[in-house]
Amino acid sequence: MTTKNSLTQKSMPLYPAKTKIQVTIIFFVVLGIYTFSMIKTQEDMVGGFGGALGNMYTVIEKFFPPNFAILSAIWDSMMQTIQMAIIATTIAAILTVPLAVLSAQNITTFKPLYYVTRTFLNLLRTIPDLVLAVIFVGLFGVGVFPGILALTVFSLGILAKLISETIESVDMNPLEAMRASGGNVFQVIWYSLVPQVAPQFTSLVLYVFEINIRASVVLGMVGAGGIGLVLNQQLKFYNYPNAMTIIIVIFATVLIIEFISNKLREALL
Amino acid sequence: MENLQLPPKPERSLFKKIRTIIILLLVVALYVWTFTTIDIDWGRAIERAISNFHRVIPKLFSPDWAAAGEVGAAMLETVFIAFAGSLMAAVLAVPLSFMAAQNMMGGKIVSTIGKWILSAVRAFPDLILAILFVVAVGPNAFAGVLAIAIGSTGMLGKMFSEIIESIDMEVVQAMEANGANKIQILFYGVIPQITPEFLSYAIYRFEVDIRASSILGIVGAGGIGTMIIFASSNRNWNEMGMILFSIIIVVTVIDFASARIRRKIV
Repeated sequence: MTTKNSLTQKSMPLYPAKTKIQVTIIFFVVLGIYTFSMIKTQEDMVGGFGGALGNMYTVIEKFFPPNFAILSAIWDSMMQTIQMAIIATTIAAILTVPLAVLSAQNITTFKPLYYVTRTFLNLLRTIPDLVLAVIFVGLFGVGVFPGILALTVFSLGILAKLISETIESVDMNPLEAMRASGGNVFQVIWYSLVPQVAPQFTSLVLYVFEINIRASVVLGMVGAGGIGLVLNQQLKFYNYPNAMTIIIVIFATVLIIEFISNKLREALL
Repeated sequence: MENLQLPPKPERSLFKKIRTIIILLLVVALYVWTFTTIDIDWGRAIERAISNFHRVIPKLFSPDWAAAGEVGAAMLETVFIAFAGSLMAAVLAVPLSFMAAQNMMGGKIVSTIGKWILSAVRAFPDLILAILFVVAVGPNAFAGVLAIAIGSTGMLGKMFSEIIESIDMEVVQAMEANGANKIQILFYGVIPQITPEFLSYAIYRFEVDIRASSILGIVGAGGIGTMIIFASSNRNWNEMGMILFSIIIVVTVIDFASARIRRKIV
């Protein structure tokens, strides 16, 4: 085995030379943009990267130990955050049904309608949740309502897209059979589309609920209600141990809800 | 015709029935709790909306073109933050994903630890990470890069580990049978199978990060978010319109380009 096999010495190259050159060029372009981005983003940082790392430790230390005495005071806002996510997810789940059906290519055979809904949803999805929250806070004033509205609009875009994709992947045979035996549009949808989509629908709604929980904890930063509001106040007063408690509570809540939602989704599918 | 009968419905076990009822009751209770305890001041919200409507909505649709240069520069910074952050995350996610994948490092313990690390990282919303990094490295774009990098590592690591778990293990076994060592198996058996999907997910993550990094400025982590906060506290809705316009354009262009590239890779 010690003598080298002639096959391994003159073996076929794994990839053709052209691919190799292409990959090398792409690699260096990516690396170049990365280096440029790193330089650009560190431009106005005092002390450079090394200084920052040292600094990080001393500052992070200020967050500890977290002040758990405020737990009872933040409980209400945490619950409010969860309620915001529940309401927003529910409204989005209801509104998404017509939108998802209209943006599914196999159900909406009238092309212009399909393209209009698709484009509308694509535009909706480009707007970040917090930007929506900022606008709604400007419109309705500080409070829970703009937060719910922002979450609803934001999750509507995601949910409608995911569900329309599910609808597009269903088995079309039952639908055709229904249509052939004289079912009208609503009968076809109710008896042969809904049973096929229902488990996926529930699973996706739960997934969007997780996203909403995560989004709703930060909405308060711009005045849209919930725990973010409290967190923002504590940070403004440089009250880091309190802020750390809030962060830990958020962390735990997100983990617990994700766990429950994961278990439910596993049971569903 | 009257004799036609539907086939009997399949019997459901008592356990399943009870389970369904309990879940239903829990959901109803959840909704009752939610709708009875949430306090929305409808009167004030509607009153505000009526008095603010003409001050906000029409202005959003007439963007302030004079601010285009400034907004463009901030948007460019946002793209830089997202790019640097996602690339960092893509690199960081690789070892973690190998750790979390059940078919690589061997042993359920390592895999469980890896999965726990990843879900712990994922539980932090991007903005919370940004707050921590702003405190640590100061209010600048680099805090945003770090927040994006850590935030995306959790999600990418999970996706990557799922890809690794779904590879064709027969190739690996064949190589093992032929006496290939671990490094050879990694380079010739595993990496060629996972590279296209890894790249595809990393590029997809860049799309997500563009959206994420556009709001990081709200807590001082650079990018266009800084301008969002200024525009909203000054009630400068024309400028907000411009910001919104630029976000929509950039996100759409990057989504489109990324979809094209991903279709080519996979």
